[in-house]
Amino acid sequence: MISAEPYVALSLVLLCLGLVGVMVRRNFITVLMSLELMFNAVNLNLIAFSFRLGDLAGQILAIFVITIAAAEAAIGLGLIIALVRLKDTVSLDEADLMRS
Amino acid sequence: MSFYDLIWLVPVFPLIGAAFNGLVSNRLGLSKTVTHTVALLGAGAAWLWGWAAVVQWMLTEDTHRPYVVEVFSWIQGGELAIFGGRVVPLEVAASFQLDALSAVMVGFVTFVGFLIHLYSVGYMHSESDRAYARYFSYLNLFMFAMLTLVTGSNLPVLFVGWEGVGLCSYLLIGFYFEKEWCAAAGMKAFIVNRIGDFGFLLAIFFAFFYFGTLEFAGLHEAMAAHHGVPAAAATIIGVLLFVGAMGKSAQIPLYVWLPDAMAGPTPVSALIHAATMVTAGVYMVARCNFFYQLSPTAMLTVAVVGGVTAVFSATIGLVQNDIKKVLAYSTVSQLGYMFLAAGVGAYIAAIFHVVTHAFFKACLFLGSGSVIHACGGEQDMRKMGGLRKHMPTTFWTFVAATVAIAGIPPLAGFVSKDMILAKAFEAGLTDLNGHGTVYFLLWGLGLAGAALTAFYMFRLVYMTFFGSFRGGEHAEHHLHESPWTMTLPLQVLAVLSIVGGLAIGFPGQLFHLEGWSLIDRFMTPVVLSHGEHGHHAVSFALEWGLVVVSVAAAVAGILVARRFYLLDPSFAKPRALAERFPFAYKLLLNKYWVDELYDATIITPTVKGSRLLWEVDARVVDGAVNGTAHSTVGSSFLSGVFDLKVVDGAVNLVARIYDVASRAFRRLQVGYAQGYAMVMVFGAAVLLGVFYLIKL
Amino acid sequence: MDFLIANFEAVLFYTVAAAAVAGGIGVVTLKHPVHAALALLETFVMVAVLFVLRHAEFLAAVQVLVYAGGIMVLYLFAIMLVRFKGMRPDEVFLSGIAPLAILGGVLLGAFVAIGILLGTMATGEGGAAAMRAVGDELPGNTEAVGWLLYTTYLVPFEVVSVVLLVAMIGAIIFGRRDAALSKPDGEVKP
Repeated sequence: MISAEPYVALSLVLLCLGLVGVMVRRNFITVLMSLELMFNAVNLNLIAFSFRLGDLAGQILAIFVITIAAAEAAIGLGLIIALVRLKDTVSLDEADLMRS
Repeated sequence: MSFYDLIWLVPVFPLIGAAFNGLVSNRLGLSKTVTHTVALLGAGAAWLWGWAAVVQWMLTEDTHRPYVVEVFSWIQGGELAIFGGRVVPLEVAASFQLDALSAVMVGFVTFVGFLIHLYSVGYMHSESDRAYARYFSYLNLFMFAMLTLVTGSNLPVLFVGWEGVGLCSYLLIGFYFEKEWCAAAGMKAFIVNRIGDFGFLLAIFFAFFYFGTLEFAGLHEAMAAHHGVPAAAATIIGVLLFVGAMGKSAQIPLYVWLPDAMAGPTPVSALIHAATMVTAGVYMVARCNFFYQLSPTAMLTVAVVGGVTAVFSATIGLVQNDIKKVLAYSTVSQLGYMFLAAGVGAYIAAIFHVVTHAFFKACLFLGSGSVIHACGGEQDMRKMGGLRKHMPTTFWTFVAATVAIAGIPPLAGFVSKDMILAKAFEAGLTDLNGHGTVYFLLWGLGLAGAALTAFYMFRLVYMTFFGSFRGGEHAEHHLHESPWTMTLPLQVLAVLSIVGGLAIGFPGQLFHLEGWSLIDRFMTPVVLSHGEHGHHAVSFALEWGLVVVSVAAAVAGILVARRFYLLDPSFAKPRALAERFPFAYKLLLNKYWVDELYDATIITPTVKGSRLLWEVDARVVDGAVNGTAHSTVGSSFLSGVFDLKVVDGAVNLVARIYDVASRAFRRLQVGYAQGYAMVMVFGAAVLLGVFYLIKL
Repeated sequence: MDFLIANFEAVLFYTVAAAAVAGGIGVVTLKHPVHAALALLETFVMVAVLFVLRHAEFLAAVQVLVYAGGIMVLYLFAIMLVRFKGMRPDEVFLSGIAPLAILGGVLLGAFVAIGILLGTMATGEGGAAAMRAVGDELPGNTEAVGWLLYTTYLVPFEVVSVVLLVAMIGAIIFGRRDAALSKPDGEVKP
């Protein structure tokens, strides 16, 4: 089947899951992991449409997304290290220096 | 070009003199010699040219008609609709004329004027150079105005002269303006004159309205033609013109300025307030006789006012102690005689009396000036006496003039006054215009006035020149005769006072001789003489009877004066009389309190009214200003409060809103990223929701 | 069995999809970070399978290599590093916020779903052949992707490498052991 609907639906579900996870999880690392989940959902969507439309551009874009995700992951983990060094915690509750 | 073609030069010569003295001598402070030379040249040129013009005109032209010379076109007023629906152009030219009446006026005005200029040289020599120049400038200017007045060929030009003499009168009366009472006298003269001038102006307007022209010749024709103009028009115009004459010639009720005018230098009193300006009213009535001929009411008014004034002011003159005041009231009285004559239609008699009066009154005033000069400025007759020893020339000229004014034949005063009284009697006899009784009464008044005149004039002579000097030792040493510049005019005028009457208007009818009166022959064609021809209305015997009666009255007056003032140096008799009738004496001495009456009824209310208006204005205006100030303070206070409470309150409110809002919004800034994420999610959801809502 | 064979692709899809969702739920809900990481790993692999199903073979390989092999390892290192620092396993969910967050997520998801349903799909020639085509040739997916990457999309490719470089530098800076990065006395330091 060439239709993309199921894949898109799945992508949506995963996206929402990731979104909820970003909002809900206390541990910073897990938040980043939910973020990765969202990236995957996006990739899935791209690939689905790429197949559906017969255009390889979707795949190329997905490669780029993965690359960026990797970069982001690296930086995110750097942030974790920084946060740990600063607050000696990974809990986002205590990352409230910007609180007015 | 003949002299009379350039008749307008006669007023212009003194004008040039006035301009020079006023603008050059006065400013530069040139010497007195320069000043009086210029002035005498101005007046002298007017005299010589005037006489030359008259003589030449008499010899070449038809003296029955006026010779009119237009100099330039003055007023071009477009077209105006007048009475009867006619539309006429309003055009007034500056044109001058020469006819019998103007010739007579020019003749004596220029001559007497010149004499007085000469006299002034001596009289005013003690003034400063500047004041001297100012005096002569004004005097020349007066000559210009007066000559314009008598040679004008239409009412506006006459009015220019009329106003001009009024102005010069004011300037000269107030010559010593540093003294407040002199300045006040000048103002009084001008203001009272103005009232008369108002009447005159109204008369001019009416004349144009009814007749469409202002030229004398034109008006004469128009009056004769009538053009359906109501008879009342003549009355209105006549009465209004006479109002002007009342002011200018000091008749009741506008005479009050003349006694006060004695504040000016004596030559001024002589020229202006005796010989010339005050006679302008008489001239004007004579000139406009065609109005009066057609209006019995106007004529009667003139006669009554003239007659009453003659006696009224004579009574005041009986008890005055200031020598000039006596002469002033005498002038008013004599002017009354002139108007009495005009009022009975005897215009020639009126003008004749103008001429003779000029001679003897000028002589009297100049003589009094000489006396005052000698007494070192003293004018109270009670401080004079016995001056005939010290000032013989002044004495005989003065006496000559006094005899003339008293009406003793054959001097000038008698001839003209007798003519007037005869005409008045004749008017009563012929029941002129149906007012015969009134005219008889007026004749009676005239006769009484003659007696009074004789009395007070001789009283003056006796008090001043006879007896012993009462002014103190110190002053007595200074008594001296005046210089030739002053005595020469006196002598000339005295001679004229003696012979002038007979020369000009010999009463031939008393001797069954017709046509001997020069003035009569000269002026008859010009002046519509109503009743002039009626010499025969009065019989020969009656004429002589009238002469005898008037002379008797005069002699009676002289004798009483002699008894009172000459025979008894202590003046016991008049003093006793005054004590017996104190009220009457006070009444006369205080001039019937007329000035006080005017002051109370007119002047004070006017001044009070003005002050009231000023108060109102000040109160209202000041009130408004203060009110504005107060309201400004109040409003600015309110403004301040407003600013403080409202504006500041608003600003504070805004700040507080921000405070509250920021405190509320600060809660959002939890520094909690996941919170932000959630907000973003919800935001996106809401956006999509709205999007769908709109799309659907 | 016949049903299975006849609709193999669909069956495979739904199975794999369910596994992926389960992994996702695991990421969101599991308490222990390592457990969550493993769940995530599972999701990654499932997604790779799905990629294969869509004939994006190269991408599936990349997915496994990079995500599962690189990023996951990285996360596990980070967890261990942090744990090593003496971190205790925390409460999973933040107090109170969970229902709201779930609501938000559901809401957004619903709306997007509505959008998808309402929208019309673009048409095109899909299919496996398209995934292997470059020009008129059909060399294979990898070749196709590679070809495109180095020709049409060369510039983005270069840019992305710059991004990677920047990310590397950034990560190094963030991870620097520095006095400036030590615990502050009330001040924020980058």
